Amino acid sequence: MSDKITSFEELEARQSSCSQCLNDKYLGADGKRHVILCGGTGCLSSHSDEIREKFVEVIAAKGLSDKVTVNQVGCFGFCSQGPFVKIFPENTLYRMVKMEDVEEIVDTDLIGGEIVDRLLYVDPKTGEKVAKQEDIEFYKKQIRIALHGCGAIDPENIDEALGADAFKGLAKALKMDRKAVIQEVLDSGLRGRGGAGFPTGRKWSFVPDVEGPKYLVCNGDEGDPGAFMDRSILEGNPFAVIEGMMIGGYAIGAQDGYFYVRAEYPIAVNRLRLAIKAMEMAGLLGDNILGTDFSFRVHIRLGAGAFVCGEETALLNSIEGKRGMPRPRPPFPAVKGLWGCPTCVNNVETLATVPYILREGAEKFASIGTEKSKGTKVFALGGKINNVGLVEVPMGTTLKELIYDVGGGIPGGKQFKAIQTGGPSGGCLTEKNLDTPIDYDNLIAAGSMMGSGGAIVMDEDNCMVDVAKFYMEFICDESCGKCSPCRIGTKRMLEILTRITEGKGSMEDLDALQELASNVKTNSLCGLGQTAPNPILSTMASFKDEYIAHVQDKKCPSHVCKNLMSYVIDKDKCFGCQMCAKGCPADAIKHISPEYVAPGKKLPAMFIDTDKCVKCGACISTCRFGAISKQ
Amino acid sequence: METVNITIEGQSYQVEKGLTILEAAKKCGYEIPSLCAFNHGECSLASCRVCLVEAQEGKGPNRLVASCVYPVSEGMNVTIGSPKATAARRTSVELLLSNHNRNCQECDKNGKCELLHVAQVTGARENMYQGEQTPVTVDMLSPSIKRDTSKCILCGRCVARCQNAHGLSVLGFEKRGFNTIVGPAENRSFMDSPCILCGQCTTVCPTGALTEVSEIDKIDEAFRAGKHVVVQVAPAVRASLGEEFDYPIGTPVTGKMIAALRRLGFERCYDVNFGADLTIMEEGTELLGRIQNGGTLPMITSCSPGWINYAEYYYGDLLDHVSSCKSPHQMQGAIIKSYWAKQMGYDPADVFVVSIMPCTAKKFEKDRPEMEHDGIRDVDVVLTTRELGKMIKRSGINFKRLPDEDWDQDIMGEYTGAAVIFGVTGGVMEAALRTVYYKLTGSEYGKIEFTEVRGHDAGIREASLDINGTVVNVAIASGMKSAKVLLDQIRNGESKYHFIEIMGCPGGCINGGGQSYVKPCFLPNEDDDILDTYKEKRANALYSEDERQTIRQSHNNKQVQELYEKFLGEPNSHLAHELLHTTYNKNRERFN
Amino acid sequence: MAHLQQSAALQIEEICSRYVNEETPLMMILSDIQKEYGYIPLEVQELVSEKTGISVAEIYGVVTFYSFFSLKPKGKNVIGCCLGTACYVKGAQQVVDKFSEILGIKPGETTDDGLFTIDALRCIGACGIAPAVQINGTVYPKMSVDQVPALIEKYRNGGNA
Ligand SMILES: Cc1cc2nc3c(=O)[nH]c(=O)nc-3n(C[C@H](O)[C@H](O)[C@H](O)COP(=O)(O)O)c2cc1C
Ligand code: SF4
Ligand code: SF4
Ligand code: SF4
Ligand code: SF4
Ligand code: SF4
Ligand code: SF4
Ligand code: SF4
Ligand code: FES
Ligand code: FES
Ligand code: FES
Repeated sequence: MSDKITSFEELEARQSSCSQCLNDKYLGADGKRHVILCGGTGCLSSHSDEIREKFVEVIAAKGLSDKVTVNQVGCFGFCSQGPFVKIFPENTLYRMVKMEDVEEIVDTDLIGGEIVDRLLYVDPKTGEKVAKQEDIEFYKKQIRIALHGCGAIDPENIDEALGADAFKGLAKALKMDRKAVIQEVLDSGLRGRGGAGFPTGRKWSFVPDVEGPKYLVCNGDEGDPGAFMDRSILEGNPFAVIEGMMIGGYAIGAQDGYFYVRAEYPIAVNRLRLAIKAMEMAGLLGDNILGTDFSFRVHIRLGAGAFVCGEETALLNSIEGKRGMPRPRPPFPAVKGLWGCPTCVNNVETLATVPYILREGAEKFASIGTEKSKGTKVFALGGKINNVGLVEVPMGTTLKELIYDVGGGIPGGKQFKAIQTGGPSGGCLTEKNLDTPIDYDNLIAAGSMMGSGGAIVMDEDNCMVDVAKFYMEFICDESCGKCSPCRIGTKRMLEILTRITEGKGSMEDLDALQELASNVKTNSLCGLGQTAPNPILSTMASFKDEYIAHVQDKKCPSHVCKNLMSYVIDKDKCFGCQMCAKGCPADAIKHISPEYVAPGKKLPAMFIDTDKCVKCGACISTCRFGAISKQ
Repeated sequence: METVNITIEGQSYQVEKGLTILEAAKKCGYEIPSLCAFNHGECSLASCRVCLVEAQEGKGPNRLVASCVYPVSEGMNVTIGSPKATAARRTSVELLLSNHNRNCQECDKNGKCELLHVAQVTGARENMYQGEQTPVTVDMLSPSIKRDTSKCILCGRCVARCQNAHGLSVLGFEKRGFNTIVGPAENRSFMDSPCILCGQCTTVCPTGALTEVSEIDKIDEAFRAGKHVVVQVAPAVRASLGEEFDYPIGTPVTGKMIAALRRLGFERCYDVNFGADLTIMEEGTELLGRIQNGGTLPMITSCSPGWINYAEYYYGDLLDHVSSCKSPHQMQGAIIKSYWAKQMGYDPADVFVVSIMPCTAKKFEKDRPEMEHDGIRDVDVVLTTRELGKMIKRSGINFKRLPDEDWDQDIMGEYTGAAVIFGVTGGVMEAALRTVYYKLTGSEYGKIEFTEVRGHDAGIREASLDINGTVVNVAIASGMKSAKVLLDQIRNGESKYHFIEIMGCPGGCINGGGQSYVKPCFLPNEDDDILDTYKEKRANALYSEDERQTIRQSHNNKQVQELYEKFLGEPNSHLAHELLHTTYNKNRERFN
Repeated sequence: MAHLQQSAALQIEEICSRYVNEETPLMMILSDIQKEYGYIPLEVQELVSEKTGISVAEIYGVVTFYSFFSLKPKGKNVIGCCLGTACYVKGAQQVVDKFSEILGIKPGETTDDGLFTIDALRCIGACGIAPAVQINGTVYPKMSVDQVPALIEKYRNGGNA
């Protein structure tokens, strides 16, 4: 495995033998069974690592070690149903596997050849059990381009990557002229997946053709709270991202690539390190790659907890060891970037898509998607949605398809209220936007933006003013503090929102908020401040009545804002059992009348003293009779 | 010069390529309000957002851009006065004011405050936005500079200036978001940080966040207590004081200044030039002694307390190289309280010495424990040029209508041209060379002017002089960034110099931290390149005074000669050492 | 610097020397020190300044900019409560409030006995299992208010999983 690959021929030979090997594994041609576990962050936190060890242990104990292998791969995407275990060659998918299920899977399936029925996914609509991944509704509308290899290959094994098309795009690129590589990417219509959607080929073409150092930087900061696309890609197939970086590096004439990854992503960082090491050992990084005169080195830099460092110029400052304060543009990084040299900054998903374009051709990529947004987009579906997870759908998929077909709808029979795309820079889309095909321009027209792909679904229990306040709090925390409109303006907006959610707002506050929001947008120095007011503007546009209810009626229609709601006991439903009173930290629950109650009679109902109640919500979950509600 | 064609407010102009919109507009006769930008990109964070204008490039959209950083381009169309642009600038200012302690009336900066100026220009409305304020730090521990973060707009000019002048920034941005402040590490006092108290940062701060610590009150008190209040003025002050009264930069106002001082009630008005001549006698003698007796070389000048602070903090191992001479005003203060007081028949305890200086570090210097003799402080109060301006205005004097008067001429009124040029980088060196030449050769240096050591910038200059077979290598640096280069050479044993002049401020005292503010927005009648030329203009005011002097070498100052004959004996005598020399301390308490 | 122990000083010098060939090593040095010691006090910054020639003010500015760097030591158990959007809309605020209530400290603070620190995090990338809480690196999925007391007790008693 540590043989150096020094020419295109050697690469091809290695790819075909690895691919054979991988196929044998999936199809059972090697005569073995293969247990594959999800090693993504979601599943790891539900003990998939221990489950894997348990498998190894049990398999060894039963003397199956030479007939069964146990492997770990990246995120399957369907995180809310994890941890997952897949058995090849049958391709059976078990979900929500626990430690105590391991014996049974080994006995029943691996030894007995029977499927463990109770661990299969159940389609919530039909109630039927589904044994194979591809038959699950969640996966049906997805196309995996950026996620190629994720959840399929062992991200720590370069041979599995080689077996799954890795470096085919690179090899193709290295045989082309640099300009032709850029042209190919231009033709594909690929737009940056980091947020703004700037055409990647155009960005590459801006890097001047001058001597001296140039850099390609991969933006893996992924600061959008509630998004984990880039993390999953780095964890699931780091080789693809490095390959994309190398193709970009070749195209712009860079010799060094920098990964800037959030320190909160230790698994991603570790897998990236291993991948770089493996590629160096294989001669795929370093001098004269594949016998060409292209030399490239990859470095890793860790973020240290600052959202604004996702902004490209702040990111460059951070790599340079400075405070992550954005720089004014121009000069653009393409002209004057890292250490003053021409630099191109690309997002993880963008780079993960590039190998596909070279490998399969621009035309094929461009055949997917809408007129102005080509290809697919990865979303991290989260919030109030059944199928929380990582999905990749073609551009042009409608929000309805995303939420109801892929996402499986809203849990608990609740009403859909809004979906926030674009994170703190984006906006809320509502019922009326459900038929909007998702692409860069449509989302902007609808008052939100694509952003990096976070998609948080909210239901009737979410208060939109509270959500706007949540984002503004986030922005205030994360503003770098450099420029006055953002540093002070966002604080002032937060103060107004806080007043409103506390029932102290006035109608003038709403006007002031609107005016401030538009000024902060126009006056701020970087994208963070320029987009910070979006959540406010979009919720004010779609949910003005909620704002007005807070201000005029002093009510929070969703019963979220503590000052504007109260807990009440329905005295007809209450049995007077006093369970709630015992758990109340504020001693706020009392008998309506403490009179003597004759034996056998219904106990008198309780009531909540709203002056004492601290609105902790403990009582509501204590009452077994559903007598307590929010108002 | 490559040019581009642009339009501003519909008018066509041809301007230099590469300029920012702000600079180009200035050349074309427009003043766009600005706060954070300073001095052609010395500070260009684009952070205040009060310089927003609308700009359109080609067929592109009409966008609001920060004119202080956005470069002009061919065909660009700039609009400054559109409703959108004016409203945007006003909002930026209003937001700044909403997190600002607006007590202009009692603020040191009132009248010279750029924030108040742009607030007026943009028409910022009072209390437009209101809310919480960033937690405030007020540092008044140092005798030199005061920091009040409630006035800070985080423009970063001070950070850039300290960095550019001294290489190592003492000030920096701390924390982030709404909690961001600018200050020394850990938000400490200047007294607890490696700050050299030079005051450079105060000269660029647009607001009242960094100002000198005023000592005017102490003078009032001294008068009230019936002291004999004597004033002495450093040479650089006369090159800048006129600016306080709207004279063109570089107008020497010595005569009016003296007239004003008399009217302020000082019993005697002396020029520190007398002390400067005295310093040359002492320092020149010390240098020759070191050269002839194999003493520690190179010897470094000691008249800039900013530099002395730096030496003690960063180069404690090189203190032997620093001349033991006190700075001129400290020497002169010591002489006033001994020689002069005796002559006048005064108890030295009743004599009160006020120094008017271009400098904030001198405020700290006068408080050093070493600066006294028999419990009598050499100098009691140091005022900056700016404070003198305030004092004059306060007393109702119409400066422009004052007659020209002359210094008191009793026993320390005479001075030479050599002393005058102390105020500019290279001046001490030139003055010393004139005297050293004489001492070594017994005759005067014919040309008088050692132009090779002249200049007014912050770079390093060097010269080599063959004086009757004795080769003297000299070097000059101002600002600690340049000085560091020379000091590291010494530390590494690679210095080829005998004598080095170091000044704390880039350009020397003419550009001292206590001099008048050079803020283009308050100087409507100056040229638009004033920030590039003010140092030269001030320096020329001093060089021209040197030329006008009949005596131009310190050793020819008759009254200094008399002082030695009647009182001190010889240069470097025992008494001279007690009164005029000092010691340094690398473990000074303020650093702990 | 006077307060820094000899051994610690040596180790910090060693960390600085790891990156002598880097153009701009500050972030890497600080990350390593933070990882090694859990915090970066001013004396350490002064030493780093001496070794790298970067001014203390600049180092301090960097340390206080990034939320990962801490000027004070953290508790033995660091409870990282995710307050990212996905977690927030699923009730993460209540979870944080519960931790705060029981431990009597606000996010960012450490208990007097030095046992616990609460950190409010902005998405740890485990949104699929929101609300997520991370204690000393172990992620606890789908946290609810009711689970909080037991979790605290577990870590109070040595805390092995
Ligand atoms: C406040 C802010 C945060 C950002 N965060 C990210 C991020 O987390 N990841 C990312 O790839 N791009 C982020 N971006 C966008 C980047 O600045 C940059 O446009 C992107 O990395 C370019 O890559 P692309 O062209 O491949 O999209 C952010 C931008 C702003 C203004
Ligand atoms: S907009 Fe906000 S984040 Fe961006 S530079 Fe200004 S203060 Fe910093
Ligand atoms: S919400 Fe909390 S404080 Fe209020 S009544 Fe219920 S248990 Fe008591
Ligand atoms: S727990 Fe429910 S039924 Fe029991 S006293 Fe409380 S409200 Fe009534
Ligand atoms: S700094 Fe300027 S605006 Fe602020 S109080 Fe002083 S004079 Fe007024
Ligand atoms: S006084 Fe001088 S050394 Fe001190 S902070 Fe200001 S510029 Fe820097
Ligand atoms: S102290 Fe003055 S110069 Fe420094 S950042 Fe604040 S306002 Fe600007
Ligand atoms: S150069 Fe002059 S003004 Fe500056 S610190 Fe030295 S003595 Fe003071
Ligand atoms: S982490 Fe396992 S499916 Fe996403
Ligand atoms: S002067 Fe341009 S942003 Fe401050
Ligand atoms: S929002 Fe909590 S893990 Fe992502």
